[in-house]
Amino acid sequence: MSTYAQKKGFGATLWDFLTTVDHKKIAILYLIAGGFFFILGGLEALFIRIQLAVPNNDFVSAGFYNEILTMHGTTMIFLAAMPLVFAFMNAVMPLQIGARDVAFPFLNSLGFWLFFFGGVFLNLSWFLGGAPDAGWTSYASLSLASETHGIDFYALGLQISGAGTLIGGINFLVTIVNMRAPGMTYMRMPMFTWATFVTSALILFAFPPLTVGLFLLIFDRMFGANFFDVSMGGNTVIWEHLFWIFGHPEVYILILPAFGIFSEIFAIFSRKRLFGYSSMVFATVLIGFLGFMVWAHHMFTTGLGPIANAIFAVATMAIAVPTGIKIFNWLFTMWGGSIKFTTPMLWAVAFIPSFVAGGVTGVMLASAAADYQYHDSYFVVAHFHYVIVGGVVFALFAGAHLYWPKMFGTMLNETLGKITFWLFLIGFHLTFFIQHFLGLMGMPRRIFTFLPGQGLETGNLISSIGAIFMAVAVIVLLINVIMTSVKNEKVGNDPWGDGRTLEWAIASPPPFYNFKQLPLVRGLDAYWLEKMEGKKGMTPAEPLGDIHMPNNSFIPFVISFGLFIAAFGAMYRADYAWGLPVLILGMAVTLGSMFVRSIKDDHGFHIHKEDLMEDDNDKGVKA
Amino acid sequence: MQAEEKFTYETWPAAPEKATLEAKNKFLGFWFFLGGETVLFATLFATYLALKDKVPNAEAALAKDIFEIPLAFAATMLLLTSSLTSVYAMYHMKNFNFKKMQMWLGLTVLLGALFLALEIYEFNHYVHKFEHTFTSSAFGSAFYTLVGFHGGHVAFGLAWIITLMVRNSKRGLNLYNAPKFYVASLYWHFIDVVWVFIFTVVYLMGMVG
Amino acid sequence: MANQQPSSGNPRVDIEYRRKKSAEEMRYQIVSFTLMIFLTIVAFVAVGYEGFSGWFTVPFILLLAVIQVIFQLYYFMHMSHKGHEAPALFLYSGVAVGAITILAFTTIIWW
Repeated sequence: MSTYAQKKGFGATLWDFLTTVDHKKIAILYLIAGGFFFILGGLEALFIRIQLAVPNNDFVSAGFYNEILTMHGTTMIFLAAMPLVFAFMNAVMPLQIGARDVAFPFLNSLGFWLFFFGGVFLNLSWFLGGAPDAGWTSYASLSLASETHGIDFYALGLQISGAGTLIGGINFLVTIVNMRAPGMTYMRMPMFTWATFVTSALILFAFPPLTVGLFLLIFDRMFGANFFDVSMGGNTVIWEHLFWIFGHPEVYILILPAFGIFSEIFAIFSRKRLFGYSSMVFATVLIGFLGFMVWAHHMFTTGLGPIANAIFAVATMAIAVPTGIKIFNWLFTMWGGSIKFTTPMLWAVAFIPSFVAGGVTGVMLASAAADYQYHDSYFVVAHFHYVIVGGVVFALFAGAHLYWPKMFGTMLNETLGKITFWLFLIGFHLTFFIQHFLGLMGMPRRIFTFLPGQGLETGNLISSIGAIFMAVAVIVLLINVIMTSVKNEKVGNDPWGDGRTLEWAIASPPPFYNFKQLPLVRGLDAYWLEKMEGKKGMTPAEPLGDIHMPNNSFIPFVISFGLFIAAFGAMYRADYAWGLPVLILGMAVTLGSMFVRSIKDDHGFHIHKEDLMEDDNDKGVKA
Repeated sequence: MQAEEKFTYETWPAAPEKATLEAKNKFLGFWFFLGGETVLFATLFATYLALKDKVPNAEAALAKDIFEIPLAFAATMLLLTSSLTSVYAMYHMKNFNFKKMQMWLGLTVLLGALFLALEIYEFNHYVHKFEHTFTSSAFGSAFYTLVGFHGGHVAFGLAWIITLMVRNSKRGLNLYNAPKFYVASLYWHFIDVVWVFIFTVVYLMGMVG
Repeated sequence: MANQQPSSGNPRVDIEYRRKKSAEEMRYQIVSFTLMIFLTIVAFVAVGYEGFSGWFTVPFILLLAVIQVIFQLYYFMHMSHKGHEAPALFLYSGVAVGAITILAFTTIIWW
């Protein structure tokens, strides 16, 4: 409740982060946790590439390779890409719509801690008998046969973190609908906010099928149910459907925010309004809509029949249309702009050809008949790495550089940023371009080694060398982060000089109440508009008054921790006598803390007008 | 503080469930959550339909063997009526009549509890008479999961409404707790919506064969 | 506080109108409840009656269920009131996603 600038001890800072409900601090938590899991997933990727660097390699055993491969995919999608996307959504979206906070600060914190404990639970499998080993898709015919507790860790861990994601999605939706600043109509919302909105809607509808699928898997593996057991009347294809009904929208959940970040970058560094804003909005919504009708293109070879395959193939190809609209709009945004090649802009420019390459192979794969040839080969591996790394990861790097000053108040070093960019770009294409051809030559995906003399050696070696470049790039980024944090040179509101949207109109990092007075939004690119009219900042939409803020709370941590305990109980229930009591204890902790939350009134507190004016004077001295 | 402000019948707003920003957020967020729940139950229905009557051998019980009209009808009437009583409760909430609201909510809880008791009896009946269990067949797993998820929602709803009633019994209505009551009643209606499809798709269509 | 609407101070004249309005709404709700009970009974009778074939009964009771749910949503859950545009959009999107799922599970899972 004191002003944010005060110095605090380590314990107090830790406690502050454990209990915070401030979206900007939760963003930092997501960034740190997501970054940690990104490095973990990256290490797993490196092990994969070391194992495949030469034929007949025995760097890891076949069983261990399965675990590494499964955990690489699962970690990167659920524990790295999603939370990092959430980090930027939390950090930026409320600022972009001119809100003081999100709609449900408490739930925001709960969402983070659920994700965190789910991720920790999943990764504890490494130390407790073995990680999941049925691939990130965990097809039931494989996952029911897996003998270790790995799959249980997968199902329970994802269930917990998935609940957190769903909560986060609802929170963003309500924030955008209810908490926009005066004048911020839907068609004046920045593209990243639109992307957040559509992504959150996708989360709302895509995560329940995953929840159900995971429950069925949990029931089958731990409670004797027979959903996927063919001998008891079950059907393993049900899992495939449930997984992909979730899984396909999931890739749009990742890519749409990436599109949003790039839309911001293209406009900022071309110093030009985003070309075709309304068609961009339309394309985003259309991609979200179509995303639910294409899931079976992952299952063309399952034997759904020619009619189903044809329908899903056509629907899939249709998605290329809105995506194409976006690509052209970005190109036209740059056209005639006065472009500044900063680090974020480099990522954005490199994203276009990389992502288009992934899109083209996507259309190839969408053709059901041809897919019989490509299916489960390295061609598919190359395809989805081109869209996910070339799209999402590029956007995460770009976003990290772009929003770093807004989140931490200091700029990342541009030279090191550019080194990171070039190393990663070269490494990325080295690693994955050649994999298209490895796939076409017949190398199956998920294979743990290959024989010499089949023409696969050179390609795999090149691919592994590329991985080293990417690893070095990430190390340079880490050095960059440490260096700039130590130096900690403070920057002003608009460090890039060309900020267009509301987040650049307030201090970096913003005060915990964001806007002293809610801004009046007079058009798209609200801050740019004011700057062009020669004004220093936004016109306030309200007189200076008391601001209502939520209280911090430790309860989200406890609720999530309860589920973490309960998951151990559920998993070991059949093996040990203490399993059931632990399950009940964990649920009691969770439900009990929910009960406490429910009966304890939490009205929040007010920041008084006088304190706000004092804050103003502090700033005056600094500036 | 606005949310704790004391009201009278005259000053009570027309839409207390949406009178403050917190209330508006709660209202909208809960509706969005129900949108997600719709998908959740639809997925469970889909799974049930795919696995209906899928059993390991010819002796295992099928849907047309186990379901009976009287039980399903009684459960349906209980839950439908509880939906009406919670509508009455919200009617009195909007008229700032706390006592009557509590009374109707109490009735809702009673009906819900009876429904739950009937469901427990029913499951017990299937297990002992037909050896139709959670683990006996894929059909059994799908049936108990779908109906059990609904039953779990009923149980959670009961605990929620009781908590709200007890917590606020002394202090009456204000703008802090009115949205909570409203949202809990939305949840209760949603449970009823799901049940309408359960009795139609599971029980009635099961009896048709 | 500027972002919160005033919560009190409704003029006295509104009270009578409001009372009338909510009494009227209550009447609608009782009518819809009666109809719902009626539809339920019809559905149970249709299934209990031996004379209908499944090809008639199943679509018929599904239709009754849909009608009943519309009553629930629009009268009991007040979706007929204004201010329910966003809830309706998201509820129906959920229904659409759910419907596609059910369609797929009843048509292309055939093993």
